[in-house]
Amino acid sequence: MSTVAEKQVFSPPSCLKENIYHFCPGCHHGLIHRLVAEAIDFYGLAGAAVGVIGVGCGVFLYNYLAVDCCEAPHGRAPAVATGLKRVNPGAFIFTYQGDGDLAAIGTAEVIHAAARGENITVIFINNSIYGMTGGQMAPTTLPGQRTTTTPAGRKAPGDGYPVHVAELIATLPGSAYAARVSCHTPAHIRKARQAVRRAFTAQLEKKGFALVEFLSACPTNWGLTPEASLERIEREMIPAYPPGIFKDF
Amino acid sequence: MEYAVVMAGFGGQGVLTMGDLLAFSGMKAGYNVTWMPSYGVEMRGGAANCTVVLSKEKIGAPIVGAARAVIAMSEPAFNKFQDRLVPGGLLMVNSSLVPAAETRPERGDVEALFVPARELAEESGDPKMANLTMLGAFLARTGLLELKQVAGAVSAFLPPEKKKLAPGIKKALFKGQEYIASL
Amino acid sequence: MTEKILIKGSVALARGAIDAGCRCYFGYPITPQNDIPEFLSDALPKAGGVFIQAESELAAINMVLGAAAAGARAMTSSSGPGISLMQEGLSYLAGSELPAVVVNITRSGPGLGGIAPTQGDYHQATRGGGHGDYRLIVLAPDSAQEMYDLAGEAFNLAFRYRNPAMILADAILGQMKEPVVLHGACPAPEPAPWALSGAANRPPRLVKSLYLADGEMPVHNWKLYWKYEALKEKEVRVEVDCPPHCSLVVVAYGSCCRIARTAVDRAQRRGLAVGLIRPVTLFPFPEKEIRQAAERARRLLVVEMNTGQMVDDVRLACNGAGTVSFKGYPGGEVPTPDQIEAEIERVMKAGELRVCQR
Repeated sequence: MSTVAEKQVFSPPSCLKENIYHFCPGCHHGLIHRLVAEAIDFYGLAGAAVGVIGVGCGVFLYNYLAVDCCEAPHGRAPAVATGLKRVNPGAFIFTYQGDGDLAAIGTAEVIHAAARGENITVIFINNSIYGMTGGQMAPTTLPGQRTTTTPAGRKAPGDGYPVHVAELIATLPGSAYAARVSCHTPAHIRKARQAVRRAFTAQLEKKGFALVEFLSACPTNWGLTPEASLERIEREMIPAYPPGIFKDF
Repeated sequence: MEYAVVMAGFGGQGVLTMGDLLAFSGMKAGYNVTWMPSYGVEMRGGAANCTVVLSKEKIGAPIVGAARAVIAMSEPAFNKFQDRLVPGGLLMVNSSLVPAAETRPERGDVEALFVPARELAEESGDPKMANLTMLGAFLARTGLLELKQVAGAVSAFLPPEKKKLAPGIKKALFKGQEYIASL
Repeated sequence: MTEKILIKGSVALARGAIDAGCRCYFGYPITPQNDIPEFLSDALPKAGGVFIQAESELAAINMVLGAAAAGARAMTSSSGPGISLMQEGLSYLAGSELPAVVVNITRSGPGLGGIAPTQGDYHQATRGGGHGDYRLIVLAPDSAQEMYDLAGEAFNLAFRYRNPAMILADAILGQMKEPVVLHGACPAPEPAPWALSGAANRPPRLVKSLYLADGEMPVHNWKLYWKYEALKEKEVRVEVDCPPHCSLVVVAYGSCCRIARTAVDRAQRRGLAVGLIRPVTLFPFPEKEIRQAAERARRLLVVEMNTGQMVDDVRLACNGAGTVSFKGYPGGEVPTPDQIEAEIERVMKAGELRVCQR
């Protein structure tokens, strides 16, 4: 009998802890955590990275990423990141924020961090709903989308129109990079990986503010199966939030 | 004993600077001092005032109900601040802007001294230094500090970019003193 | 190096912060405290530090939080409405056990209120102010010199106890110029053991205030409680001037106490047996000293530039010993020494009059 030589062809990023995700089935936070971890490994930043975590389902990022972390009050992560980065320009500072955190309560902080050209990297999760608090309307909720606070579907004007964060950030002279990506297919995940790396490069090369907006599934609060959630991203979210690179240094 | 003086006038007349120089000179002469300016909304509409307290003891209140002296550089200041004098206090008035008259001040229990501050400043070479001729006159009248001490402190008082003004300031201070001596 | 200069209280405070090793300031303009950011916008970059004019007080306090998480001596300053906006961040700083210095040069309120000197923020400052079970260290200077000295003291206490500290002052103390003796820069502080700078050659660190697991939160609350108890035990700062046999003790803090001191001095010169207590730390509050005074004099007069806030703490400290009277001057009304002297006389006539021994 001949022995089969073992060759490792796959391993998780080294800065990703072996904890089991607390996320719901079909949620994309785990995927996005992994993409961030891969970028940290790729650039060898495990000893330099500080994650600033917004309030939402992503708040336990520190349970999964073996890097220094700081919780920020709801929406204030870009301000906290500003303080960290200005004290320690050699550290790699990224924020991880959901759409309630970044696009509602923290709109001023993210806009002005970009306006200052703050040399930080923002990972923004757009799942068109409030996940952690139980499925209420987000600024990114699509017209007609039912949530627990828009039971008859989001109506605009009145309930408001979706906010396009990546495009908005791209308009500011202080931003170096702004892109929207998705991870509902392998092809999209590959593009997302490149976008995260580019957003990391922006900070490493001191180009200024960088943001990657992820379209992300929330099957639990959408009331869909994980598979149906992927279809929803393709059919409803992609047309409303077209992926793309809106600014590149 | 504590000495409190209120200085008041229009913004731009150098009322705050006049008080600042007095407080600074007082500190250099070994006094405890406080300088309390008007600020914020009070300054809108063009009025300014400050209170300076000098004392050999620790100073309590930096804002006084009644002062030993009031220096009124403008008509509104004259009208508003004469009530802030203790009985027998000194009311120094800028007669370049507040004409003296038999009926003035309304208060009969204070000593009023009218000083043509602007004319004196013109004579000393810079009409903008009416505040300083007035301060010179005030010091000459009260003897609160030696004028020499104040003149000696001028250079240290001024920020680097304004040190060149020192000779003119000293001249204006002594001009005020001369005026009092001539009365 | 010691140097005596004539400067505004706000500038004294800013210089005290720099001399205490503060290298980060984040703030948003509001009257009457703008001398602080205006001075620091020039001085901090020259000292190798960071100055940012933030888009709001919310952002400013969270930049402070970030800088504190990085181990830096960071501060912000504001007034009334701005301090209200910072309460969220103050609660997170306390919950995350991060040190920082926050300066409140108060304005009267509620609402937009006025900018005249006032002491209406006593409750907000001493009760924590934001959500949750926490306290701020609160220092109340009464002179430009103390604005300078207590800025350094605030940083030292904040770092010793890993808790935000507030300097509570008003426009009199901020705007007034007085001689200040500068002590020069203190030695650079030790690196903070919590500082987030990247987990090179050590396990990752975490700064957080979220405690969701069973039983975690009470443990954290009790930990904070014992910290506040230690502050009460060790860090009370108070000025007591009570002649023997005095039959009335005035209690006042900050600028109001400057005026009360003049009134008390005059009353003492007239032979009235009156004393004065000035809390310098408002939290921890000088409970013991006030209780002792109440037991001896049997009568206290609290004077504040509000409708009655510190008087609550005085009554709690007395716990029934003696009678506590209150005289308030709210909304920017600054009392004159004459007014307070008259009040001293009025209260003393209502009680037992004794002749002062000195």
